[in-house]
Amino acid sequence: MDDTDRKILNVIQTRFPVTAEPYEAIGAEIGISGDDAFNRVKTLFDTGIIRRLGASFDSRGLGWTSTLCAMSVPEEKIESVASVVGRYPGVTHNYQRDHKYNLWFTLIAPDEEEVDRILREIGRDSGHGPVRDMPMLKKFKIKVDFKFKETGGAED
Amino acid sequence: MKKEITPLDERIMAEIQISIPMTRRPFATIAEKLGLAEEEVIAKIREYGAKKYYRRFGATLRHQKAGFTANGMGVWSVPEETERERLGELLANRAEVSHAYERPSFPDWPYHLFTMIHGESEQEVLEIAKRMSEETGIKNYGVLFSTREFKKTSMMYFGQRPVADGKK
Repeated sequence: MDDTDRKILNVIQTRFPVTAEPYEAIGAEIGISGDDAFNRVKTLFDTGIIRRLGASFDSRGLGWTSTLCAMSVPEEKIESVASVVGRYPGVTHNYQRDHKYNLWFTLIAPDEEEVDRILREIGRDSGHGPVRDMPMLKKFKIKVDFKFKETGGAED
Repeated sequence: MKKEITPLDERIMAEIQISIPMTRRPFATIAEKLGLAEEEVIAKIREYGAKKYYRRFGATLRHQKAGFTANGMGVWSVPEETERERLGELLANRAEVSHAYERPSFPDWPYHLFTMIHGESEQEVLEIAKRMSEETGIKNYGVLFSTREFKKTSMMYFGQRPVADGKK
């Protein structure tokens, strides 16, 4: 990866042009040809440096609901409970953490009724309910930055 | 499904929720697949952005291996409700914090503010949290590290099933 690649990444990390000829626009912005821009992005994608290139949909923007949940599970049961939790497509992150509340997951669903239904079901099927439901009440910051890896704890 | 999202919108959004095609004219490629005009696809995708259906249209990079390898969830107890906004902003201010939220507390979970703190090691994350505590005056706080990852996927809102993009 050279400086030109890094320039491209800085541009398309924030905003990939939604135009008929996006690579011409990217090339024009950093002073290379559209062909060069395309070939470089394709290489960055094929080698896996770019994991995906598309829309980051916002659960709230779509009118869906999302939440962070925590459970307290005996250590020896944590794998089986995690597999109960992981069955749900709306569970996007599922982590063990070093606390009495040791199993954490994020859940996205079309509405709050569905969140409640899933959490009741997880509590019942795992035998370790109730599940603590901790939806975001206020957002102070979401930062997307080069040097930070993605983390759990952000459900949308 | 809420909002006025039509089946056509769903078909277009399904094409951009993971990755657009690696072609010189990706929106023409999508249009061809869906039997639409390129201009229509472009106009629709711009409209979704304007309506805030998505936060960002762009590249997501593979985690960088070097540096910032540790992250901890800092949780902060602020019983005085009127103080949460000011202290939340103060916690969020630090460059090492990527996410900061207020969430509900419970009798056995006295924390109200959540911050993801990044550092080169767990030790460094703990030191940053200590400085944040000194800065804000919040004495009752904790830092939870993840010890195991069971699932990490991108949400599939439209069509199809989720695709795991992390270790299971």
